[in-house]
Formats: sequence, C-alpha cells, structure tokens
Amino acid sequence: MAAYDGLFQTLGLSDWCDQNKTDGPMTMAELLAQSGKKSDDTASAEPATSFWDTPFPSLDELNQSCKSIARTRDMTSWVEELFLSVKDTLKFVLDPLTQPLSWALDGSLWLFQALPWFVMIPLLLLVVWAATRSWALIGFVAVSFLFLSFIDHYVPAIQTLSIIFVCTGFCVALGVPIGILMSRSNALQRFAIPVLDMLQTLPTFVYLIPLIFLFSVTESKLYGIAIILYAIVPVIRLTDLGIRLVDRDVIEAADAFGMSTRQKLFGVQIPLALPNIMAGVNQTIMMSLAMVVIASLVSAPGLGVLVLRGIRNLELGVGLVSGLCIVLLAIVLDRVTKASLSRINAAQQH
Amino acid sequence: MTNDPKVSIRGLYKIFGNDPQNALQHVYNGMGKTELLETHGHVLGLQDINVDMQPNEVTVIMGLSGSGKSTLIRHLNRLIEPTAGEVIVDGENVLDYDEAALRQLRQQKMSMVFQKFALLPHRTVLQNAGMSRIVRGEDEETANLAGQKWLDRVGLGGFEGQYPHQLSGGMQQRVGIARALASDSDIMLMDEAFSALDPLIRTDMQDLLLELQQDLHKTIVFITHDLDEALKLADHLVILKDGYVVQQGEPQDILLNPNDPYIEDFVSDINRARVLRVRSVMKPLNGADSFAGVVDANDNLEKLIELSGGDTTYAYKVQQDGQDVGILDMKDLVRALVPAHASESTVTR
Ligand SMILES: Nc1ncnc2c1ncn2[C@@H]1O[C@H](COP(=O)(O)OP(=O)(O)OP(=O)(O)O)[C@@H](O)[C@H]1O
Ligand SMILES: [Mg+2]
Repeated sequence: MAAYDGLFQTLGLSDWCDQNKTDGPMTMAELLAQSGKKSDDTASAEPATSFWDTPFPSLDELNQSCKSIARTRDMTSWVEELFLSVKDTLKFVLDPLTQPLSWALDGSLWLFQALPWFVMIPLLLLVVWAATRSWALIGFVAVSFLFLSFIDHYVPAIQTLSIIFVCTGFCVALGVPIGILMSRSNALQRFAIPVLDMLQTLPTFVYLIPLIFLFSVTESKLYGIAIILYAIVPVIRLTDLGIRLVDRDVIEAADAFGMSTRQKLFGVQIPLALPNIMAGVNQTIMMSLAMVVIASLVSAPGLGVLVLRGIRNLELGVGLVSGLCIVLLAIVLDRVTKASLSRINAAQQH
Repeated sequence: MTNDPKVSIRGLYKIFGNDPQNALQHVYNGMGKTELLETHGHVLGLQDINVDMQPNEVTVIMGLSGSGKSTLIRHLNRLIEPTAGEVIVDGENVLDYDEAALRQLRQQKMSMVFQKFALLPHRTVLQNAGMSRIVRGEDEETANLAGQKWLDRVGLGGFEGQYPHQLSGGMQQRVGIARALASDSDIMLMDEAFSALDPLIRTDMQDLLLELQQDLHKTIVFITHDLDEALKLADHLVILKDGYVVQQGEPQDILLNPNDPYIEDFVSDINRARVLRVRSVMKPLNGADSFAGVVDANDNLEKLIELSGGDTTYAYKVQQDGQDVGILDMKDLVRALVPAHASESTVTR
C-alpha cells in the first residue's frame, strides 16, 4: 500500500497504471541503500500512513502507486543511453582534433625525462632568469629543485612540471584568442560567461566521467583535456577584461591615426592588456597544478600518483612528503610568474 | 571667399539614441533639444551645422561644456557617424568613403591632438612621435627620422628614449603635437588640446602653435571653452550652443557685434582693450591729414591708450604693411571698449 494509491483511484487511472508495468532497475532509494553504509532504511519499506509522513510525490513514489510512471532510475538510464548514442559521433570528431594534445604531452614528458638532471635544472634556472632577472628567485628555485632531487622526488616533480607546461601552453594558445573574441562581441560574452562559470564551479570529478567514456584511460589527452577545461577559464576571463579595460582615449587615438583592426589589436590592445593576461596565466598555472593531482586518478603521471598511493595504501609518510613537494612546486611557479608579471607592470606603468 | 574651403560642413545633424532617423523628423519639424530628450529619449547632439574652414586658417570652435564641440570635431574624421548632412574635404564627401578610403584620409590628410594626450604608454616618446608613419606602413628608420625632426621642433630633443609617464603634462602634449605634425597632414584637429595644462604652460603652448602655424600653414580646427584662447588663436570663430551655431565669423567682429545674449555673456568678462585691434575700430581714410602719430593696424587698443596718454581728442593714421589703410579716432576707441548689446549691434555696424 503506497502513499499515492488513493490519488490514482479517485482520478480513475488505475487501469492505465496497471496496463504496462515497468520492472526497470532498482529505485534511487534501493541504490542508495545498497551503496550507503547500511543506513537505517527500514522506514522506506513500510509505507507511510500518518499525514506528517506523506512523502514528496517523486517519480519513485508515484511509481509505487502507478506502475506506468517511470522511475528516477529509468531517467538516469535514459541520460546514459543518450550519451552512449552520441558517444561514437563525438569520439569520431574529437579524437583527431585532440590528438595533438596527446602528442605534445607524451613528447614533452619524454623530453623532460630524457634530459639528465644536470642539464634540466640549469635549463630551468635559465628560464627563470629570462622571465624575472632576479637572483634571489634563481637561488630559491635552485634550492627547491636540489631539495626535490635529494629526496628522490625529482622524476615525479619533473613529470608534473612537464604536464603543466604543455597544458598552460594550450590554455594560452586557445584562451587568449577566445578572450579577444569575447571582448569584441557583447553577445558572445553573454553566452560565454555562464559556460566559464560552469567550468569553474563543476566539481572536477564530474567532467572526468564523460571523458572516461570518450577516451581510453591510457591516452594522455584524457587528463590533458580535463586539466585544460578547468584551467583555461582565468586566461579567457582576464584577456576579455584586460582588452575591455584599455583606455578608450588611446583606442580613439589609434582610430584617429587610421590604424587597422589588426594594428590596433597587436600594437595597442594586447600590449596594454598584457598585465591582465599575465595575471590570468598565473592563475591558470596554479589551477593546472591543482588539477594535475586529481588527474592522476586517470593515469596522469607525476607527484599526484604518490599522493594517491598515500591515500590508497594508507602510506601516510609517502602522501605527506609528496604533498609537501607539490606545495613547493606551487610556490616556485607562483613566485616566478608573479615576478615576471611585475616586470611587465613596471615596464608600462602609466 | 578667396579660396575654396578646405573643409566644409553642410547641414550636419547628430542625434544619439536608438532610432535617430525617426527623431530626426521631429527635429526637422522644429523640436528642440530639451523637448526631444523628454518626449523621445534621444539626445540632440548637433543640429544644422554649416561651417566652412578655409585652408591655412585656424578655425576655433567654442562653446560651453556639453555644447557638442567634441561631437562636431569627431565628424570630420568620422570617429562619429552623422545622422544627416555632409562633410566635404578637398571637394570629396567623406561620408561616401569606404573603410579603406577612410583609413587613408585619417593616415594622410588629418591628424588629431587630444585633451588627455592619449599617447601609447608602452612606447617611447620617439616611437609615439613616429607612430603615424608606422601606421602608414613606412619603415622604422623613416618614422624615427620624422619623429626626431618634430620632437626637436617642439622643443623635446633629448627626451626620445623616455616613456610618456616620465614626462610632465605639458611635455606629453608636445609629444602629442609632434605626433600629429609628423604625419605631414594638411589638416590638424585639436580637441581641447591645452585644457588640461596649467595657465603658464598653456600660454607657452598657444605661442608654440601660432609659431608653428606661421611656418606650416596648416588647416587647424581647434576646440576650446576658453574665450581668451579662442581670441588669441582664431582666424575664424564658431560659437556653439546646445548643438547649434549661434554665431560665426571674424573674432573681432563677433566681439564688437554679438548677435545673441549668450555671446554677450561670454564676451562681457574679456579685457577688450587687449583683444580688440586697431583695424577693427578704425574708420576709412577721409582726406584729413593732421594726425597725432602713425599706428599699425594690428596693434591692440591697450597700446594706443598708452600711446595717447588717455587723451581722447587725438586721431592716428593707421598703416598696414607700409600702406595707409584708415584713421583711428580715440573717441571710437573708447566707445568700442563698452560691451555692445545684441539689439544695438546692428546700429554700430
Ligand atoms: N555617445 C553619446 N550618447 C549619448 N549622448 C551623447 C554621446 N556623446 C555625446 N553626447 C551628448 O552630446 C552632447 C554634446 O557632447 P560633447 O561631448 O560633444 O560636448 P563638448 O562640447 O565636447 O563638452 P565638453 O566641453 O565637456 O567636452 C552632450 O549633451 C552629451 O550628453
Ligand atoms: Mg569635449
């Protein structure tokens, strides 16, 4: 005896209800009861009788009184079927499009590891010098990497770094043009902002799910895409903002001297938006680092794998030490990008 | 008219709003600025502007804040599109130009100086000065050469390597002027170019502009809300109010014969003796030959008062370029110092 039996009887729908009974998968309640840690679920077995206990007329609840009504689990399986039916087409389009990402990730992983440490570390220091011109920072970065190597975390750290380099490169290459287009068109901006909000607020695991169905877990583009989707947002946002904030008087002067759209973009708008764009790149790097740890769930190599091992095998020390290494890497990346950002700012204060 | 005008504005209207064409019909039917804003929510920016700008002259457009000066000057190079009318430059209607022709016009024929300087903050002074050449597609060497030449001319030699933010306002505007001059354009548009500068620097810049103009003979369109500045610079003065032209003509003429109370208000505070020139108050030669002295047609009245010691019985012979051109009676001079009123102005004339 279910709660809404009376309703269907008074409506005279009993016949229709019994006509085609569905015996689909289990209900949501059964699903939750099964996976949950034996929560007290006896109440759902006994149909409620008192007025205070009237359950919400959900799909599952209505189905108990009228078998013709689909259950919530039927709905989730429709969603699943829908996704599976477009999956092949999606895969057919996306696979070749994203192939370069796999190549770039694998290539750079190979390169970063092929170079011996005594070449790699000086090379990194050279990059830091080019970006910041600061001896203090070079000293800090050198000490950090020597420490990482000394405690035998050099290889995973360099793997993580390589993934971040590639993903940040893709984020900038895609995000800056998208941001420029957004700054040109208010319609595009109105459409893009909710999408960007969604990318940033969706729990990261949620977009791992469809990605796992689309690509095989052994392919590196799987985690590449997950990282890029998550980390590209600040570059796009701040490019758009930066270009919109360029002094209108300067733009007017550029127009008055007959600059073409191209000359204006590369000669005025991008250079003047550069401090904002670089602030976006800094955030993008930090977000890729956060995501690269989660992406180790789907076979991304690097420090995240060690953290994951710490969780899985309850190896407390392994997890904590590799976590510390991630923090160190984060500080290095943040300081270096911030220092190069303030160099750009100093060059064009006005 | 000695010459064809360099720039000619014909029946120009500008209405800001969503449906300017519809609002334009109301304006054609005689609706005013306030009524249009109240009943239709459209701003009447400019109405029925007709101005001829002669080559080699400084045309000053003057008016209070919000009178439409900036809007008007931006129609000349089409930074703003008009609602109706024509802008004719060297005989061609600028409004018929396509994008390429318009860019050509802005690169070759018209340059602009801005109130807030609008220099490129990430470029050096030299790069800013040579900007117009680079935009045109000339190589860096030519651009730097031109930039250097005009920086020297405006007195900024030695600052080439600095960035704009390292210079004072007056110096930045010199860069702005060098940038405009370096494009070798015939026409120079200056929107309140000196308004952001303090009074002494401002006088310096006005002198610089007049000195440059003596050599270069550009067609300059200069905007200001300052009457002293307007009278100092203008060959032709256009006074705007609420988007229409109240009066235009020779500045001395406007001063002596204002045709509107708005202009009387404007000119009432001015030091007339310093601004008015002998040529504007002299009478034609009448055969008399007893003069207290000889004066130049371009002397101002202040100088004559000093010369005569204040004695109003004197009369002077007026010469221009060595030729006798008229007689100045001190009584006329004193009369000219009293501000004229719109109603009487026709009598004096
Ligand atoms: N984009 C616009 N949209 C709506 N109204 C505008 C716009 N631009 C100018 N206006 C209106 O047009 C009128 C003239 O403005 P304009 O900027 O030309 O004045 P101005 O004489 O240059 O004043 P100022 O001395 O303050 O610079 C003003 O009433 C202003 O509100
Ligand atoms: Mg203005």
